[in-house]
Amino acid sequence: MMRSARLGAMRHIGILGLAAAIAGCGQTWNDPYRSADAAKDILYSAFVARPKHLDPALSYASDEAVFTQQVYEPPLQYHYLKRPYQLVPLTAAEMPRVSTLAGYSEYEIRIRAGIRYQPHPAFARNAKGEFLYQSLSPGQIAALASPYALPGRGTRELTADDYIYEIKRLAHPRLASPIYGLMSQYIVGLPELAARLKQANAAMSAEGRGGEWLDLRKYPLAGVERVDAHTFRIRLKGRYPQFAYWLAMPFFAPVPWEVDRFFAQPGMAQKNFTLDWWPVGTGPYMLTENNPNLRMVLERNPNFRGEPYPSEGAPGDREAGLLADAGKPMPFVDRVVYSREKESIPYWNKFLQGYYDTSGISSDNFDQAVRVSVEGQAALTPQMHSLGIRLRTAVAPSVFYIGFNWLDPVVGNAGGGEAAARARTLRQAISIAVDMEEFLSIFANGRGIVAQGPIPGGIFGFRAGKEGVNPVTHLWRDGVAHRRPLADAERLLAEAGYPGGRDARTGQPLVLYLDTVTRGPGDQARFDWWRKQLAKLSIQLEVRATDWNRFQDKIRKGSEQLFFLGWNADYPDPENFLFLLDGAQSRTLHHGENAANYDNPRYDALFERMRDMPSSPERQRIIDAMVGIARNDAPWIWGYFPKDYLLYHGWLSNLKPNDMARNDLKYLRLDPARRAALRREWNRPVVWPLAIGCALLVALLVPAFVGYRRRERMAARPAA
Amino acid sequence: MLAYILRRTLYAIPILIGVNLITFALFFVVNTPDDMARMQLGAKRVTQAEIERWKAAHGYDKPLLWNARAAGSEKLAQTVFFQKSVRLFAFDFGASEDGRNIAAEIRTRMWPSLALAIPVFLVGLALNISFALAMAFFRATYLDFWGVVLCVVMMSISTLFYIIAGQYLVAKLWDLVPISGYNSGLHAIKFLILPVAIGVASGVGAGSRWYRTLFLEEMGKDYVRTARAKGLSEAVVMFRHVLKNAMIPILTGVVVVIPLLFMGSLLMESFFGIPGLGSYTIDAIQSQDFAVVRSMVFIGSLLYILGLLLTDLSYTLVDPRVRLE
Repeated sequence: MMRSARLGAMRHIGILGLAAAIAGCGQTWNDPYRSADAAKDILYSAFVARPKHLDPALSYASDEAVFTQQVYEPPLQYHYLKRPYQLVPLTAAEMPRVSTLAGYSEYEIRIRAGIRYQPHPAFARNAKGEFLYQSLSPGQIAALASPYALPGRGTRELTADDYIYEIKRLAHPRLASPIYGLMSQYIVGLPELAARLKQANAAMSAEGRGGEWLDLRKYPLAGVERVDAHTFRIRLKGRYPQFAYWLAMPFFAPVPWEVDRFFAQPGMAQKNFTLDWWPVGTGPYMLTENNPNLRMVLERNPNFRGEPYPSEGAPGDREAGLLADAGKPMPFVDRVVYSREKESIPYWNKFLQGYYDTSGISSDNFDQAVRVSVEGQAALTPQMHSLGIRLRTAVAPSVFYIGFNWLDPVVGNAGGGEAAARARTLRQAISIAVDMEEFLSIFANGRGIVAQGPIPGGIFGFRAGKEGVNPVTHLWRDGVAHRRPLADAERLLAEAGYPGGRDARTGQPLVLYLDTVTRGPGDQARFDWWRKQLAKLSIQLEVRATDWNRFQDKIRKGSEQLFFLGWNADYPDPENFLFLLDGAQSRTLHHGENAANYDNPRYDALFERMRDMPSSPERQRIIDAMVGIARNDAPWIWGYFPKDYLLYHGWLSNLKPNDMARNDLKYLRLDPARRAALRREWNRPVVWPLAIGCALLVALLVPAFVGYRRRERMAARPAA
Repeated sequence: MLAYILRRTLYAIPILIGVNLITFALFFVVNTPDDMARMQLGAKRVTQAEIERWKAAHGYDKPLLWNARAAGSEKLAQTVFFQKSVRLFAFDFGASEDGRNIAAEIRTRMWPSLALAIPVFLVGLALNISFALAMAFFRATYLDFWGVVLCVVMMSISTLFYIIAGQYLVAKLWDLVPISGYNSGLHAIKFLILPVAIGVASGVGAGSRWYRTLFLEEMGKDYVRTARAKGLSEAVVMFRHVLKNAMIPILTGVVVVIPLLFMGSLLMESFFGIPGLGSYTIDAIQSQDFAVVRSMVFIGSLLYILGLLLTDLSYTLVDPRVRLE
């Protein structure tokens, strides 16, 4: 009877276990997220490098903008869909009104009324209207896991004072904003404010109050004027039309004084509770989890006003379904989880498993993801198609090039007169010989466009087709740009006085030196390729690979000859590329951004004219003339404009690459049910290896156990 | 013994000062405060004035080791070395160059490191000893021979291969565990299964072979023959006598690494996305964050000294002949 009952109970347990196992078959075992979140409207993505700064006065890197631009709202933004990039109002009610005064220009910015900050303890007040958390004790702060652990939250309306406060923060002595130097040249009174703040800070330090809040409201800034609660003016020295682009960056986002004061309380910094770690803004999302070693979580800001999705786009956007949500209030996604992935292999595999919604493509995975046709068209592989993955490509507003140091006597202009003319011919010969098409094919899987000048596609001033061809290095034939034959380069080399790669006067071989940054032994192939390119002209190239600091030091001192460098645009204006060749920007002579130290007075004069002009046919004509001069002088080997490849799953919509703005999360829409179903389908656990593993273990243990028993029972001597 | 511990603790002070000085010298031979400022401010549009502002804001506007303009003891005190180093001895690590509190970072990162390192250490130790004992037990048999062959094969394979193969097979092909990631509390288990298994597997070859050698050396000694002559079973001989007498060389290698478990594993944490201390120093070196480098080297040195002290103490537990005076 008892035995029967026991058997029955065991049978029930077995049935329950089997049922649990069957139920478990519907679950995925490798899901890195909570199973309860599977069907929620959560976007999953990854970040590689931990953000250094989230303070709008400090943050300048694009991987930081992924977070800051969801939270902070400067007055302007870039239109999500239109190309070329176009500025449109964000918190501003309209585009800034620009007026020109004697020697000054003034930007009047009127922001919309009724915009409110995200809920935050810094704003929380009690019934009497007193702040709840502006006088916390260090003990209270020490007990907190995050600022959001404080139960009370508050908000308030965005005002012009918050923008003014942030502009003052650019001059804050404790912050060292990376754009202070540039802005102090333009914003009236900013250097004077910086001097006063430095004095005040020094006085506070001397009194032992070094870490205390410095109330910037007490220090006036002459060039910034509050007109009313929603309007302010910024006065600039001279004309600087590119300033409007800066108004679309978080440097000019609002910072409420309450938040600055909240984070300045003693004990906050010791817990990493700073504005640099916990941004507070009016944007569509708020950062609620900040563990940059593991995960960053953005959640929908409940106070967000619901900006409508754009109703207009670029040609082809409607057909691509990018206008399906026109006019609907954003954001569409409730939560965004960014996980840190330092290695490309797990990142890629988790994307294929459906655990990341978007991914770039590393060189290792390129062939698995993309096939490039003979015509250079990129298309997804059948495997990617079968997973419903989609591809978007865009030319990045960046340029990579090999520069010739203008101060060098061999390749630059330092020799003057005839020597300078010879050097120019030599540069032209080398520019032909270095086959950038091959470089892109070998080292970038074809992800780039060979540059014909300094301005990439999508930026005003860029010329496509025959008009855009650099006649020094390329020929237009059959509707395609072809690199000039090597014979042309050899002829130019002989004209330069180096026939067969030897100095005609001394008979010595021509030896050039290329400085570059190395990241490890993997760069050797690239160095060999460069040597091979110059060897085509019998020129010997010595590659001097070094670390970033030494490389920058050489560029600053002008002790390099050739160097490899790149530039990512701050804003989509030709000025931001053409200034890289402006003589006044010489890195060695004037500490500017012209690393080649190129100096041509004709180019510089045209640059001065072009810089402040609005985009117009006249401006285009000047740009054409400038590019023509630069092509002829060849201070750069016009390298390439990189092309971004972005993969995303079919359950994600409204995605369009936008390299100028990172505030794109609000536009994205998800189909979480479809994602959950596909994740289950793609990630069914395979359990037979576990069974085989167990069987192998038993197969090893059993003979060992038998052998042990045999030994234990063995007699000291064998039986006679 | 107390006097011994006190003496060793006092010895640690000059060692730590020396380590700190060497770290400082090595770091600033390669980097200058200007380089650090440029790294933090970015490469674009940075003027010398901004660099000077950054240096002033972060305390790098003083001479490195000797302030000739200062008077008296201030010549030493008003230097980057003194200002940045002296607080370490009070365990005040300050803030990293990008403004994060280092102590808070260490407190957050140490738990994931330990969650990975302790199971790898304990399971690995148990498995290595068991496998080595089994090989020693079956010495000069096919089991021993193939066991040694397996060990040599396993120790010849790079850890990176174990990681990539493990991630490919277990997490990608068979979908049994997440390929990378981490979570707190019990949710961490599913993320730790694979890295722990790989950590253990990658160490079995070398560990087992080493312990097998130790055990075989002990098994050839007279006291083992005596124990067998007394009629003790082989299991008792192995576990009670051989294992105990082989403990001194085992402890030499094992106890010293216990405190260092805290420092984490660079490779495993990086590939499995575990937010531990393993990659903290490497990240800091890459971003030229002297504050973090200095703090982590200091902690590493301190833990190593502690490990050596613990090793000495552990000898007294396993060998009654050892006395610390």
